[in-house]
Amino acid sequence: MRDVRGLDRTTAVSTAAVLLLGAALGLIFFYVPTDADQGFSQRIFYFHVPIALTSYVCFGWGAWKALRVLRTGDERADLESYVSIHLGVVFGALTLLTGSIWARASWGVWWTWSEDQLVLFLVLFLFYCAYFMLRFSVAPGRSRSNMSAVYALFGVVLIPVSFLAIRLSKEFIHPVVFTSHGPQMAASQFATFCVAWAALLLLYATLYRVELAGKRVDASLRELRELLT
Amino acid sequence: MTTPPKAPPSEWQYVAAAYGVVFVFVLAWVAIIGAKLQRLQRQLGELVHQARDRG
Amino acid sequence: MTYAADVVALARKDLLLELRAKETLPAMLLFVVSSLAIFHFALPAGTSHDAALGLLWVALVFTALLGLTRAFVPEREQGLFDALVLAPCDRSAIWLGKAIAVLAFLVAAEIVALPAFAAFFSGIDGRTVVAVALADVGICTVGTLLGAMAVAGQARELLLPLLFLPLAIPIVVGGVGASAGAGSRYLLFLLLYDAVFSLLAWASFEYVVAEQ
Repeated sequence: MRDVRGLDRTTAVSTAAVLLLGAALGLIFFYVPTDADQGFSQRIFYFHVPIALTSYVCFGWGAWKALRVLRTGDERADLESYVSIHLGVVFGALTLLTGSIWARASWGVWWTWSEDQLVLFLVLFLFYCAYFMLRFSVAPGRSRSNMSAVYALFGVVLIPVSFLAIRLSKEFIHPVVFTSHGPQMAASQFATFCVAWAALLLLYATLYRVELAGKRVDASLRELRELLT
Repeated sequence: MTTPPKAPPSEWQYVAAAYGVVFVFVLAWVAIIGAKLQRLQRQLGELVHQARDRG
Repeated sequence: MTYAADVVALARKDLLLELRAKETLPAMLLFVVSSLAIFHFALPAGTSHDAALGLLWVALVFTALLGLTRAFVPEREQGLFDALVLAPCDRSAIWLGKAIAVLAFLVAAEIVALPAFAAFFSGIDGRTVVAVALADVGICTVGTLLGAMAVAGQARELLLPLLFLPLAIPIVVGGVGASAGAGSRYLLFLLLYDAVFSLLAWASFEYVVAEQ
């Protein structure tokens, strides 16, 4: 009974994701006016930044589940933490790719160290790739889930610390003073951005649920085989 | 006669590339899950076979 | 009170072992001096003082990595880990004792490395020394925790640099910023890093070594 309801929820989430993704693409390409300053390529922003924010959500959710692993020793939470971080790394790679394309379109270079978000994602990408190395080199069990959880917690602490470091490092890499004034967005731009972010969050939720279900079925099958032989 | 310099790709091509990357990722993910589903299906079939043989 | 006594005893044990075996410290010393020699040839003639300072930080981080890789190897090889974990002391004392021992090795290596750098390249100011001291604390506390994780893996020597280097990026930013003379805010940043990550490592170490 529980599984059936779980499937229903997955169906609902994925349907909402498809609808909102369609709506977001429609808004981005047919509704929102072309940005006066940055031109057509500014449209990358409506996917690039929500993907980056969703990636933080993935890491945050993974760390929250990691905290549960440490407090209760729950094996399910370990798997959930792993799947969430895995998706976070995929979204992070997408952030790097779309950001790189955007940099090429607006500044003519594939990579720039002066863009905080890009550099931060490089650091996080390296950090969380090491998370996988750790996970794959330790035998499964209680000790592995504890170590992964501790490393995941280090990750969410590293995010603000690295951000601060990157902000500071600009001073001696680029002598230009970087003032942080928030992006001035028109209402239509902001609305489009919000819809796109909601769509990507739902995409994350869908991928998370499906991947988790797949991993759980895999584990149950393995258990079943051991019972039968 | 020198060949004219290649024009830089226009902006919309970059935008298309960025959205294309995301699309290709989702497609790749579907392919991976599809392959996994197929493997699970095969394994489950084997298990059903085994269970049936046992009586 | 007993916590401090445990920590001191554990750190003393590591230092005494090293005095007897003389494995880690000579390797670190040789490594740091030879990497400084390599940097001399890697840098084109007439490069700025700042470029050399940046490489000093690279040398220090990698030297620390060398010491950290060795930190938990004796316990692993002789199967002492389980005994240590079962010992009637707070598990975080194991971490603190080990971190202090590694810190001692690193400081010893730097006592040689910093004058060598000053002689090979250019002088260093007091701010750099303070930054190095602050960075050492961060490197050793975080590195010891990650070292305990890495020895549990199959490819232990390979794993530690991968785990550690992304976490060392903020340290390098703070250190290079401080020694390039860009103000005391980098020193404050290093202090913040030390405080945050030491606390986190102290709180989480018991989970890393629990029931191997």
